[in-house]
Amino acid sequence: MSGYQQDPKIKPTALSGEVTMPAAIGAVEQVQSVRTPIAIDYIATPGASLSAYLRGMKQKKILGDKCPVSGQVFVPPRGVSPVSGQRTTEMVEVSDQGYVESFNVTRLPIKSRPDLNPPYVSAWVVPDGANVGSISLVAGIAPEDVRIGLRVRAVWKPDDELEESAANILHWEPTGEPDFVLDDLRIIGKPGGQQ
Amino acid sequence: MSDTANDDVLRAPLRLEYPFIRTTGAVVGGFLTGLREGVVLGAKRADGTVLCPPLEYDPITSDPLTELVEVGQAGTVTTWTWNGEPRPQQPFAQPFAWAMITLDGADTPMLHGVFVDGPDAMSTGMRVSVQWRDEREGHIADIAGFVPEESA
Repeated sequence: MSGYQQDPKIKPTALSGEVTMPAAIGAVEQVQSVRTPIAIDYIATPGASLSAYLRGMKQKKILGDKCPVSGQVFVPPRGVSPVSGQRTTEMVEVSDQGYVESFNVTRLPIKSRPDLNPPYVSAWVVPDGANVGSISLVAGIAPEDVRIGLRVRAVWKPDDELEESAANILHWEPTGEPDFVLDDLRIIGKPGGQQ
Repeated sequence: MSDTANDDVLRAPLRLEYPFIRTTGAVVGGFLTGLREGVVLGAKRADGTVLCPPLEYDPITSDPLTELVEVGQAGTVTTWTWNGEPRPQQPFAQPFAWAMITLDGADTPMLHGVFVDGPDAMSTGMRVSVQWRDEREGHIADIAGFVPEESA
């Protein structure tokens, strides 16, 4: 067999070589890329736990579910504890305040989200009363001032615009409280780990 | 399940979308360049036969194919199937025939749409020709489709 399959220093000839075009169109600019979008349209049904969560969102309540074995609270609720594998039976309301457990500053625009103007902050926000966070936007603060432990509160849509959607929380903004000090990283996700 | 129970189920449209842009390489890029310029190109093999659409490698010898040549803008339907109810994601909104079309000067067929009134107007061996879009960008859809040769 040809050697380049074994030796990465030898380039595949057709990929590195020139292609001869008919003289009539030899001088035009070559096409180098092509759009190949793929889209699949679904009708999504969220199931019992997420339906309860989404109905809670319409009333500006954040619901989670509790692992019957460990007591950990998961938001959003999925109906099954990812830790024990047991079906969850108890839903609990958590706070619409919490802290930033991790974050990322995005500085490049995303074509499909023209509503997001870089630079913006995506953060892993853990609501008080929950043991895990979910991805959220943090605004009302300069990106360079965002930090792990920052205390934040949810900014909800106006009441007359609320629907069964997690998008009811526009973003999270700083509360001005002292940072939550995460002095032992091993408590992340553990019951009672949060003050 | 009662109607009431159905009303309790939340439903929402969900679009899963990957807006890919692929790099083409020189051979496919050359083919698409041809389409943008209003010509159809094939890849010439060592024995002189022409693959259209072109491949980057010879399917028999595995040799790189690097010579693109112009083929005709009319050809022969080698097989076809009727699509009477196009789905939203398919390239044409009106009923059409998917057809394998061997263009004059090419030795292999390409897949594209043929626009006729109904399946009675389709037959294997029929002659069809390219219908170009007015605005072309280097995409297979630069060929709007094929129509019977006598009506072109």
